[in-house]
Amino acid sequence: MKGKIVEKRNLLALSQQEEVIDLLKDYPLSASEDEEDGDGERKHRKLLETIGGLDGKNRQRLAERSEASLQVSEFNVSTEGVGEKLELAELLAPIKSSSSLGSVKKRLKKVKNKKTVELPLSKEENEQIHREAAYNKTSQDMDKWDPVVLQNRRAAQLVFPLEQEQVRDIPIEEVLGVWKARTPLEQEIFNLLHKNKQPLTDPLLTPVEKASLKAMSLEEAKQRRAELQKARALQSYYEARARREKKIKSKKFHKVLKKRKAKEVLKQFEELQKVNPTAALEELEKMEKARMEERMSLKHQNSGKWAKSKAIMAKYDLEARKAMQEQLLKNRELTQKLPVPSDNEQDEDTEENSGLIPDIVNEVQMSIDGPNPWMQKNRGIHLKASHSQKKLVADEESEPEEEEEAEAEEEAVLQEVEERRFLRKKSEVDQGSQKQGHRTKAPRRSEEDEEVLAELRTLSKQINQKAKKMRDDGEQSVSSTPAASNEPSVQREEQSLIDERLERLQTMEDLETLSMEEVNQEQKLPRPGVERQQQPSSQSKQKSPPKMERETMIDLHTIIGVKAHKASSSLSVPTIVDEEDGDEEVTQKQIIKEAFAGDDVIADFQKEKREAEKASKPKDIDLSLPGWGQWGGPGLVISAKKRRQFLRKAPKTAPRKDKRLPNVVISEKRNVQAAAHQVNVLPFPFTHQHQFEETIKTPVGTTWNTQRAFQKLTAPQVVTKPGHIIEPIKAKDVESSPSNLGPPTLQRKEQHGQQRKGLKKAS
Amino acid sequence: MEAAPKPGSGARIKAQGKKQKPPRYWEGETDGANTLPSNPFIAPSPSRGNKRKREDRSQPKPQVPKKRKQIQELKSKKNQKHLRTKQNQKNLRLKKDLRPNEKEEIRPSQTLSGAQDPFPGPAPVSENAVNKFRRGNSKFLKKHSLKLVTKYKLKAAVSEEEETSVRAARAELLLSEEPGFLEGEDGEDTATICQSDIVEAVDIASAAKHFDLNLHQFGPYRLNYSRTGRHLALGGRRGHVATFDWITKKLMCEINVMEAVRDIRFLHSETLFAVAQKRWLHVYDNQGIELHCVRRCDRVTRLEFLPFHFLLATASETGFLTYLDVSVGKIVASLTARAGRLDVMTQNPHNAVIHLGHSNGTVSLWCPAMKEPLVKILCHRGGVRAVAVDSSGTYMATSGLDHQVKIFDLRGKYQPLTSRALPQGAGHLAFSQRGLLAGGMGDVVSIWGGQGQGNFPSLDQPYLTHRLPGHVHGLQFCPFEDVLGAGHNRGFTSILVPGAGEPNFDGLESNPYRSRKQRQEWEVKALMEKIPAELIDLDPRNLGEIDVISLEQKKKEQIERLGFDPEAKAPFQPKQKKKGRSSTANLVKRKTKVKDQEHREKIRQSLQQQQKKKQEQQQNKNNKLKTSQSTGPRPSALDRFKR
Repeated sequence: MKGKIVEKRNLLALSQQEEVIDLLKDYPLSASEDEEDGDGERKHRKLLETIGGLDGKNRQRLAERSEASLQVSEFNVSTEGVGEKLELAELLAPIKSSSSLGSVKKRLKKVKNKKTVELPLSKEENEQIHREAAYNKTSQDMDKWDPVVLQNRRAAQLVFPLEQEQVRDIPIEEVLGVWKARTPLEQEIFNLLHKNKQPLTDPLLTPVEKASLKAMSLEEAKQRRAELQKARALQSYYEARARREKKIKSKKFHKVLKKRKAKEVLKQFEELQKVNPTAALEELEKMEKARMEERMSLKHQNSGKWAKSKAIMAKYDLEARKAMQEQLLKNRELTQKLPVPSDNEQDEDTEENSGLIPDIVNEVQMSIDGPNPWMQKNRGIHLKASHSQKKLVADEESEPEEEEEAEAEEEAVLQEVEERRFLRKKSEVDQGSQKQGHRTKAPRRSEEDEEVLAELRTLSKQINQKAKKMRDDGEQSVSSTPAASNEPSVQREEQSLIDERLERLQTMEDLETLSMEEVNQEQKLPRPGVERQQQPSSQSKQKSPPKMERETMIDLHTIIGVKAHKASSSLSVPTIVDEEDGDEEVTQKQIIKEAFAGDDVIADFQKEKREAEKASKPKDIDLSLPGWGQWGGPGLVISAKKRRQFLRKAPKTAPRKDKRLPNVVISEKRNVQAAAHQVNVLPFPFTHQHQFEETIKTPVGTTWNTQRAFQKLTAPQVVTKPGHIIEPIKAKDVESSPSNLGPPTLQRKEQHGQQRKGLKKAS
Repeated sequence: MEAAPKPGSGARIKAQGKKQKPPRYWEGETDGANTLPSNPFIAPSPSRGNKRKREDRSQPKPQVPKKRKQIQELKSKKNQKHLRTKQNQKNLRLKKDLRPNEKEEIRPSQTLSGAQDPFPGPAPVSENAVNKFRRGNSKFLKKHSLKLVTKYKLKAAVSEEEETSVRAARAELLLSEEPGFLEGEDGEDTATICQSDIVEAVDIASAAKHFDLNLHQFGPYRLNYSRTGRHLALGGRRGHVATFDWITKKLMCEINVMEAVRDIRFLHSETLFAVAQKRWLHVYDNQGIELHCVRRCDRVTRLEFLPFHFLLATASETGFLTYLDVSVGKIVASLTARAGRLDVMTQNPHNAVIHLGHSNGTVSLWCPAMKEPLVKILCHRGGVRAVAVDSSGTYMATSGLDHQVKIFDLRGKYQPLTSRALPQGAGHLAFSQRGLLAGGMGDVVSIWGGQGQGNFPSLDQPYLTHRLPGHVHGLQFCPFEDVLGAGHNRGFTSILVPGAGEPNFDGLESNPYRSRKQRQEWEVKALMEKIPAELIDLDPRNLGEIDVISLEQKKKEQIERLGFDPEAKAPFQPKQKKKGRSSTANLVKRKTKVKDQEHREKIRQSLQQQQKKKQEQQQNKNNKLKTSQSTGPRPSALDRFKR
C-alpha cells in the first residue's frame, strides 16, 4: 500500500509541476513584474494554491489580478480578494440603494445564466416541424367542419341554398311593437296621429269609436241585429225563391211569367205616358232601338238548333208545331218593318222566310185560312166544345186545370194574331196615319187587356198596332173577328174529328188492348205447378214464417233423428227441408257419394303426404361402381361395406313444416320467382339481418299511411330551389362547437346579424 | 227484369248518401242532445213491440247504442292513457318535426282579442289507438351495442314508424261510421227475425236494398258485386247476363249470350266483366259488347279476380287453374291441379292465394309461381262443396259432402277450429267484410256471426236465416253494404244483414260514389301499383325479409328462373368455309375437335387442382407428422387405391 501511495504522490507531483510550468507559460511575466521578490512570493502562493486545490475543489480558481484592495502599493498589485467572484451587480451597486436598478440587476442575472445558443436544425428537420405544425393547425381548422358534415350526412332532407331566412310567424303585435318611425316623414305622420289620438298599435279603435261603441245600448244593438237578421233572411228567402223559380223547367210557367212581366211593363209604360210623355217617348225610342237590334239579329229566324229540331219534330208532335208557329209569329212581328215601304218587299220577306221554314209549318201557316185541325182542336178546348172531344183527349184531361187556363190564354194570343193579320191588311190601306198613332193616347179595347206581350222589344210594335186597332175600333172588333175565326173553327173541328183524331184514338186503344192481352197471356202462361209454388211462397211471406218452420222441423225430427239434434238450436227458423222434386237426382247422387265417401280419402291423403315427404327429402348419393375394385359381372351384389363406403349421405335438412300436422301437406319448395325480389345481401351499416328488416318494416305507400305521413316518408333527400345559386358553406357561418358531442350548428343569417350588432354595441 | 216491390220499401227508390252531415257547431248542444236519444227511424213495429233492433249503417246513423256498451266505452276511455300524462310523455310525444317549436306553441299566444287557445299543442292521442298501428318494437336499440351509424339508422326507422302510427291513429277520427248489429231482447233468437221485420224497422233507403228479382226463365243465377259494392252482375245458367247499378236499379246492360253461363265476375272496375261460358271465357264491357273471347281458357267453371294483381283466375272442367293477366292480356300461368274437375274455388283476399276444393275432400292453395300446391289440407271425408276465406285471410270455411261445415285457421297450422253438421250441408259459403259467414243450404240461407271482430263466427246458432224462392246458386256479401246477394233458381234476392259490411270505405281505394273521372284516375293508379304475379306467396311479408342463401344456390335459382344460364358460354359454331370444306362431316369434325379440346382443358385443370389439393394435404400431414414426431411407413404405389 505504501508503495502505491508513493507512486500516486509522485505522479501528482509531476502533474503539478507540469501545471506550474503551464502557468508560467500562461502568464508570461512582464518586464515590470520581473522582480524576484514579488515573483517568488507569487510563485509560492501559486504553489500553495495548487496544493490546496488538489482536493479538486478550487482547481480552477486562478489567481487574478485585482486592483481594488486595501493595501495599495505602487509596486505590486495586491491579490487580496482573489477567488471572490465579482458580481456585475456589485459594479452597479450605488452608494445609496435605489429600486430602479433592481430590474436591471435581474436582467443582468438572466444574461449571465444564458447558455450558449444551440446549433440551428437541419433543413429536413426544420421542414418536418413546419409541416407538422401546419397540419395541426389546418386539422384544427377543419375540425370545426366535422359536425356540419355529419349533420348534413345524417339529415333526412337537405334544402339548398343552405342559407335561408327562416320564416317565423310572428304575431302582429310584436311586429308593430318593434317598429318605430325613423324617417322624418314617418315621424311627422306619427306626430299627427298622436295629436289626433289615433291608435297606433293595440286597440285599433279611436277613443271616439270606443265611446260610440259603448254608447250603443244593448237593446239598441239587439234591435239592430234583429233588423239585420231579418233583412238577411228576407234576402235569402228571395234568393231561394228566385233560384227555385229559375230551376222550374216548365215552359208554360216561364211563358206565363214572362207575359206577366211584359204586362207590368206595359202598364208602367202607359202610366208613364200619362204622367210624363217625354220620358215615355224616350222609353219608346229605346224600345224601338231594341227592336231594330232584334231585327238585325238572327234570333227568331228559325235557323237555330232548337228551331231545326222542332221543325223535324213538328211533323209528329203537336206541341212542337205549336212552338214553331209561335216562333214564326214572333219572327213576323219582329221583321215587320214599321214604316211599311211597299207590298212587294213584304212579300219578298215572307217568301224568304218560307224558304227557311219546313213545309209542314208552312202548311200550318197556310191553313190559317183553310182547314187546320190543330188550331181547331185548340180552339175547341178554348170554347169547351163537346164532351166527345174531351174523351178523345183523355191524357190532356188529366193535366191540372191551370195548364188548361194557360192554354186558353195562348188561344187568345193566337186569335189575336189572326186578327192582326186582318189588321195588317187594313193598315196597308192607310199607312200614312201611323205617326198619329204613336202620340194618340187611345182607350183600349177589352181584348187588349188580355193581350200580353212576349218580350220588351215587341212592345213598341204593339203600341203601333194598338193605334191601328184604335182607329178601326168600332167596326171590326165586334163583327170581323168572331166572324172570321169562330165560324170556320166549328167546321174544322168536325173535320179534324173525322180525319185526324179518330186514327189516333184507334192506335191508343189498340195499344191498350194489346197490353191487356199480353198481361192476360202472362197471367195464363205459367204452368199450374208454378202457380202453386208461387202461391205458397206469397202466403209464407204474409204469414208469420216461424209457424211454418216449426211444422217442417217436426217432420224433420221424425224422419232424421240423428242429424236433427244438432240442428235443433234453430227450431223456429227457416231451415232446410228435404229437397222436393227438382233436386232429387242430385240428392241421390250425394247420398251415394256420401256412402262411398270417407273410406279411402284419408288413406289417399296419407299416401300422398308420404310421397311428398319422400320427394322433398334430399337423397343420398351412391358413388359405388359395380366391378370397380372387385370382381364384376352379372348377378353380382356389391357388398354392404362397399356400399356404405361409397354412399354420400345427404345433408340433414330442417324438419318439415307439416311434420306435426297430419291433415296438411305444405310444400317445401322455394318460390324462386318471389325470392328473386328479395334482398339477399346485407346492406352496409347493418350487422344482422333483423336490423335491416327492422328498418324496412314500415310500409311507405299511401295505402298504409296518411297523406302527410306518406309525403314525409317519400320526401326527397335533396331539395334545390330553382333559380338559386347553391354556394358552399362559408366559414363564418359555422360556429365551432366546443365539443363534438354537441349538436352541430350552422348559424343562420339572422342570429349572425344579431351577434354582429351585439359586437358593435360592445365596441 | 222487374223488381218486385217489398211491402216496406217505398214506391220510390233513391240513392242516398251514406254519410250524414255532422252537426255544425252553431247548431248547439240542444240539437245534438236531441239527435242521439230520439230515433225516428226505429219506431217499434206494432206487431213486435217488445223488440229492440239495431240496424247498421245501411242507414246513416239511426243507432241506439246499447247501454252496457256505452258504459264499457266510458270505462275504456278512462283507462286509456293520454299523451299528456307524464308516463307516456316520453314515448308518445311526437318528434320535433311534428311540433316544430314546442315552446312557442305551448305558451299562450297573445292575440288582439286576448283570447287564449284552450287546447294548446297538438291533440292527445291515446296509446291504445297508436299501438294498433305499430309494427313491433326494435330489438336492437336497447339491448345491443351498435355502431353509431347503425344506431342512427335504426333510430330513424323507429321514429319514422312512431310518427306514421301516431298520424294513422289521428286519422282514425275520420272513420265516423260505426257498424251496427241485430240484437234480440233477452232470450229472443235473432234468427227468428225475418226480412220483413227488418225492412219495417229500417229507413226507406235501406229498405229499398231488400228486393227480389223474379227471373224464372233463365235458370239459376250466379252473381258478383263489383269491388265498390255499387254494381251487380248476374249470370243465369241459360245465358242471361245482366249488370246494373243495384242501388239505383239502373240497368247497364242485359244480354243473352245464347250459351250456358257458368260464372260471372267483374274485372277491376264495373266497366268490364268476364263470363265463363260453356266453351270459352268471354269478356264484355258495360254495354254488353263482347270484347274478348279467351280460347285458351276453355270450359271454365269458376272465376276469381285478384284486384291488386289484375289477375283473372279460372278453374276449368279439365282440371286447369289458369291465371290471366287482364292488364296485358297474357296468360301468366296455367297449372294442373291433377284432381279432376275443378268447380270450387275462392281467393284469399289477404295474400291472393287461390283455394281450390277437390272431390277427395282436400282444399289446395295455389299461387301462379309454383307448379304444385303450396298447401294441401284434408278438410272433409267427402268432396268439398264450398270454400270461403274471410277478409283478413285468417279463417277458411269449408263445407263438404259429409254435411259438415268447418272453419280452419290459415295462420300456419291449418287446423279446424269449429265444425258443425248441418241437415243438408251447405252448397255455398261466403264471408262478409266483417266476418259473418253465410251458407246456402237448399233454398235456405243462414248467416252465422258473433264472437266479435277478428274472430271466427260461431256456428252454434245462426244470426239470421232467410228462405229463398229457389235453390241457392250463388252467394256474395255486398262490400260496404249490409246486404247479402243470393242468386237462385228463380232470380236474385238481396237480403239485409245488419252488421255485414264495413261501414267506412276508403275513398281512394274503392269508392261507391265515385264519378267517372275518379274511376278513370283510380284505374291508372291501380295499374301503376299493380303487383307482379310472381310475388304472390303464402306470407306476403316474406318480401320484407332478407333471403339468406348461398351464392351457389342463388346462381342455381337464377338458372331455374330464367330457364337458361345467362353466363354460359355459347356453343361453338364452326365458320362457314368454302371449297367444300364446310361439308357436314367436316363441320362435325371441327365441332368435335373444339369440344374435345375444351374437355381436355377441363380435365387438365381438374387434375392440377387435385394435385394441388394433394400437395396441400401432404403438407398438412407432414406438418402434423413433424409436430407429432412420428414417421409412418413409406407411401407405396398401391396407396392410390386406398380409400
